[in-house]
Amino acid sequence: MGGTRLPHAPSAKGQHPVSEHKSPAHDDVTRRDFIYVATSVAGAVGVAALAWPFIDQMNPSAAARALATTEVDLAPIEEGQTITIMWRGKPVFVRHRTPAEIADAEATPISDLKDQEDLPADAQRVQAFEGQPQKQWLIVLASCTHLGCIPVKNLGDYKGWFCPCHGSHYDTAGRIRKGPAPKNLAIPPYQFVSATRVLIG
Amino acid sequence: MAGHSTYQPTNGLTRWLDTRLPVLRLMHDSFTAFPTPRNLNYMWTFGGILTLFLALQIVTGIVLAMHYIPSADKAFNSVEFIMRDVNYGWLLRYMHANGASMFFLAVYLHIFRGLYYGSYKAPREVLWILGVLIYLVMMATAFMGYSLPWGQMSFWAATVITNFFSAIPWVGEAVTEWLWGGYAVDSATLQRFFSLHYLLPFVIAGLVVLHIWALHVPGNGNPAGIDVKTPQDTVPFHPYYTVKDMFAICLFLLIFGYFVFYNPNYLGHADNYIAANPLVTPAHIVPEWYFLPFYAILRSVESKLGGVLLMFGAIAILALLPWLDTSRVRSAKFRPVYRWFFWFFFVDCLILGYIGAMPADGVLHINESIEVPYLLIGRIATIWYFAHFLLILPLIGLFERPKPLPESIIKSVLGKGGGTPAGAAHAPERQI
Repeated sequence: MGGTRLPHAPSAKGQHPVSEHKSPAHDDVTRRDFIYVATSVAGAVGVAALAWPFIDQMNPSAAARALATTEVDLAPIEEGQTITIMWRGKPVFVRHRTPAEIADAEATPISDLKDQEDLPADAQRVQAFEGQPQKQWLIVLASCTHLGCIPVKNLGDYKGWFCPCHGSHYDTAGRIRKGPAPKNLAIPPYQFVSATRVLIG
Repeated sequence: MAGHSTYQPTNGLTRWLDTRLPVLRLMHDSFTAFPTPRNLNYMWTFGGILTLFLALQIVTGIVLAMHYIPSADKAFNSVEFIMRDVNYGWLLRYMHANGASMFFLAVYLHIFRGLYYGSYKAPREVLWILGVLIYLVMMATAFMGYSLPWGQMSFWAATVITNFFSAIPWVGEAVTEWLWGGYAVDSATLQRFFSLHYLLPFVIAGLVVLHIWALHVPGNGNPAGIDVKTPQDTVPFHPYYTVKDMFAICLFLLIFGYFVFYNPNYLGHADNYIAANPLVTPAHIVPEWYFLPFYAILRSVESKLGGVLLMFGAIAILALLPWLDTSRVRSAKFRPVYRWFFWFFFVDCLILGYIGAMPADGVLHINESIEVPYLLIGRIATIWYFAHFLLILPLIGLFERPKPLPESIIKSVLGKGGGTPAGAAHAPERQI
């Protein structure tokens, strides 16, 4: 930018008061360098420690973390019907599957699935009550594992769910079969409290 | 830039100020006397248009924030309150919403100008990268602003876009919940988006200052793509380009005025006048028009992480452009092969935009017997997009035989004969 330049600092060559008294191996390292490094490190640790509250304040608050539970009455849900309920601010599907849908899901070999890791077998995707597997009740998070849209029930190539946002197809066990979603629909923690009531959460 | 300033304080006050804070000198050297190539065409007016729109967005945004309430249960109604009850609220909101679209329209023309005339080439690489950063922050700002009215499109755009981060291996879910401040998009998300939407325009303004600074080191590029060699190649920025920019701004404001006053919701979506409902995703969600090409790229692969990486890669690759284009000739005017591929690339971006607006599983009916799935078109267009940067540009530079460059800017303007320039070479007031 032009302008006046600062006069050159006097050259340190041969005038450095400390360098004459030092061994050649430590020629370039002075106690002042150590203080610089120590100060920078202490400063960096301090800044990092202070940064954490500013980062962590964005995580879910205690109110959001308080693990709510939702109890669902299954009795009014008819065969073939899917209802959507809210749990922890997220929608959850409760699907009363027909025998044909169950048979369809059970007959699908695991090797045909896109996601063979997250509870792939139909038997793993339902729970039991008093030792009886409740195959008719499928409970999954209503959030497409692609980008979080809510899939539409009974649509798509596999008649389970179809996500309108980017075209993911789920089967009658909520498993991803086609499209960009990477995973099967997630199953929330839940248990049967009676034959017709489940407690989610 | 060159160190010699022609600024002369005219009275005691400006002389006093000049030795304390030479801000008038800086303004004079940067925007009055600044030597500017004499051959700039109207594609060089978008810098001024963009500056105006940044200012307009900040001013309308500040006053909208005086009436808007960032909370999940009040946001939607507060926007309707602005539309119906606040004095001129409708005008301010329509200016802000359509201003965002105009901002992107201008920035795309500005970017394509840069692509055509090789504005990213040495010594303007840092200038170009600052531009890519501005574009990135603009996208973040626009996205967060779009979520504020808390309609159905707002909510689901926020859900889909924040879910991009869940594609990160291992920590994706934790990062997404950190962004949300909960287990789904909710009030906590809306409030932080509002805070950041207010902040980021000022970050853009800071980047714009750096962008202009980086521009003023080598000076403007020009349609001939050759360096300024003599003072005859330039004219002072004022009045030549202040007037030209002002005229272009007037034309651009006509387009803006049409949308604001005659078609204010044309660029939006009707679904966004339905309050956000976390239980129902609209049947066909699409982003605002200015994100459509990237949306098409996202959808073109059957892999979540792959789609997200490609989409961000499509923006990041722009920053590498100065090193991907191997030709030393800047302007496409003198690059007969590149000129074709520039237009192919332009059309490719339009195709991606069209595909991004179409349903995920639809087909294009060409006639009774030929149907092409949108997905297939999107895939081909995506491949072309990346091939343009990674394959075509590096190769053309090696094989293309450029046309001879003009000797100087003044000769390219006045033809071979040279002679007296038709316009004055200096500001008229100094010729008297």
